[in-house]
Amino acid sequence: MQKTVLSGNEAFARAAYEAGVTVASAYPGTPSTEILENIIQYDRIDASWAPNEKVALEVGIGASIGGARTIVTMKHVGVNVAADPLFTFSYTGVRGGLVLVVADDPEMHSSQDEQDSRQYARFAKVPMFEPADSQEALDFTRLAFDVSEQFDTPVLVRSTTRISHSKSIVELGEPLAELPETGLVRDPGKFVMLPSNARVRHPMVEKRLEEMSEWACSQGFNRIEEGDGQLGIITSGVAYQYAREVFPTADILKLGLVYPLPKQMIRDFASRYKTLYVIEELDPFIEEQVKAMGILVTGKDKVPICGELTPGRVREAFSVNPQTLESVEETLPPRPPNMCPGCPHRNVFHALNRLKAYVTGDIGCYTLGFMPPLSAMDTCICMGASIGNATGLSKVLNEEERKKVVAVIGDSTFLHTGINGLMDMVYNKSTATVLILDNSTTGMTGRQDNPSTGYTLDGETAYQVDLEAICRALGVKHVVTIDPFQVDNTRAVIREAMERPEVSVVITRRPCVLIKHDVVKTSTPLYVDQDKCVACKACLTIGCPAIEWVSGKDGEKGHCRIDRLICNGCQVCMQLCKFDAFGVCDD
Amino acid sequence: MTDNKITNIMMAGVGGQGTLLASEILSEVLMQAGYDVKKAEVHGMAQRGGSVVSHVRFGKKVYSPIIPEGEADVLFGFELLETYRYLPQVKKTGAVVVNNLRIAPPSVALGKAEYPQDIDRKLKQRVDKVRIVDGLGLAEQAGNSKAINTVLLGALSNTLEPSHEQWIAAIKSLVPERFQDLNLKAFELGRQVG
Repeated sequence: MQKTVLSGNEAFARAAYEAGVTVASAYPGTPSTEILENIIQYDRIDASWAPNEKVALEVGIGASIGGARTIVTMKHVGVNVAADPLFTFSYTGVRGGLVLVVADDPEMHSSQDEQDSRQYARFAKVPMFEPADSQEALDFTRLAFDVSEQFDTPVLVRSTTRISHSKSIVELGEPLAELPETGLVRDPGKFVMLPSNARVRHPMVEKRLEEMSEWACSQGFNRIEEGDGQLGIITSGVAYQYAREVFPTADILKLGLVYPLPKQMIRDFASRYKTLYVIEELDPFIEEQVKAMGILVTGKDKVPICGELTPGRVREAFSVNPQTLESVEETLPPRPPNMCPGCPHRNVFHALNRLKAYVTGDIGCYTLGFMPPLSAMDTCICMGASIGNATGLSKVLNEEERKKVVAVIGDSTFLHTGINGLMDMVYNKSTATVLILDNSTTGMTGRQDNPSTGYTLDGETAYQVDLEAICRALGVKHVVTIDPFQVDNTRAVIREAMERPEVSVVITRRPCVLIKHDVVKTSTPLYVDQDKCVACKACLTIGCPAIEWVSGKDGEKGHCRIDRLICNGCQVCMQLCKFDAFGVCDD
Repeated sequence: MTDNKITNIMMAGVGGQGTLLASEILSEVLMQAGYDVKKAEVHGMAQRGGSVVSHVRFGKKVYSPIIPEGEADVLFGFELLETYRYLPQVKKTGAVVVNNLRIAPPSVALGKAEYPQDIDRKLKQRVDKVRIVDGLGLAEQAGNSKAINTVLLGALSNTLEPSHEQWIAAIKSLVPERFQDLNLKAFELGRQVG
């Protein structure tokens, strides 16, 4: 078959196609997002963005009950949202095979925590595969659909950033020609989880895990690589690659199925070595289970729990040729991520900073409102939390402080899990202010569509949720929509909302500069007239990457300069200048 | 390729500069030249104008997708400061190929920190082979300022094993026909720098 270079996420998508999947559902989240974006190239798969992960999994479960093979994808924290259906679906089992790909983010490259999703496999009593490269991402995921149907269980496939976003060579497989038959089949004893039915299903779940543990001992995805017999290592996922790199002559038990563990295989392997290591990223998940079997291993007493592993960190943990890097001899200015030039969020945070608001934040590009010089975010917990956090804070503050509380949430995050918080705010008579930053896309994950953008995953037009109408329907009397590029008006409207002793919603509406559909036409770049610039630095307070301070030489005054290659003419800086120093370029 | 010698290329730049696209072409060239290839990078929040790094590794059999610390053979930089930042990752006997471009990070833009001076000299102090490439100038000479990536790949190509023909073949197979002449010209101009 054809060989090609694929990322882990491209391989997951390919696996779904090869396995005869016809339904795919997800909510975008780094590092999982590209799986569904790649799935849309396969015409026979009905792929869609759900408003949140719980809905995505529920859609998947429905399709499975209808007989279809189904894939659902999300990032690690998405499983927290989808945990409710997941745990009960473990009891009911499937009709068509269902695979949930969950992508963890050790090191938190783009996440608020680094929870280890393998714990969900054990908690929900669901088997979990863990590939170590793109080829395994394809092979294990494809196999997972067979396993799902064979053992009547949803199957988890765990990825991590270094699997999802690494590319390696993959040999493609032949896609299934015949798709599973779909249709209505009534089986209430299996699918209606009333206590009486659930009590019947639970023992079946326990039995399934026992059977799988035994079965997994003889399957190719759990394999032993013989070395020189001196050292035994148990590992899985990308950690296997680091173990192989650092210990080229070790004997390695590489687990492809990380739950349930192949207990007998582990016992046999362990009995051969005086020294046995478990090398795994994040939690001591394998280690604790192996220790519970009465086997002595070295693991997290040497290998860090926090952060991702690297070849260097594994070397250091076991003192194998540890290297000290010679750093450069000066402290370098950091380069943290920043909002883009022309980002509609920038001025909102500038206003919140000036109004000294206490901002309960949320998850999205706008979380960057935390960064200086905007420095206007005080909390950020999880998707949708801003609104509930604001309600709770308001309950315990005096009248003056209460006015300072402003929840900030994006359009996609509001529809994800923000609506319930707003419902509670009105229902329980809170007085806080909510800003919905509507940039017409799900920005941070790479501009995905959502129910308020008017487009579906495959680019078809769709009904566009009316955010103002939703807020009013929840009982918010004061809903104001503004253009966040209007500096004075933005601040005035937010100030008024903060003063009002009842719930107010301000929707700041302006599309993301990177939006895919209805592409934003950028305006002509600006310039700074150096003679008029008095070096007050007011324009620098918005932290736009297009504006740079130029120090004056030999005691002369400095001035601001605009990089016209990246300025897109939003004119927010221009409105902040009291000296008329900004002009629009001629051409 | 009898022994398993792995070559490590670390690419550094600023989010939005198109390093991902360049690493894509690079890994395709290497696969077509018959190597096992892995590449690793991060997407998402880091891409919003922040410091970005890609790892490309090739050889007979590659395990880790990320380069072991301090073992980069080539540091391939799209911006001076970001290249300097990752200098400790490159072997002394290695090479640096860097675009002669300066993008101010926020603290510099705000006038609160200085952009490091004489980066070219500091790179040369630490690493044997350093090539500073006028990416923008050569791209404009090739006919379009957007061809910087291909210019830089051309400069990089001198330091790597695949032959001239293999590079040309890969570019022809990856770049749409109407952009091929431009990109081949940009590649050659970059390649002449070395």
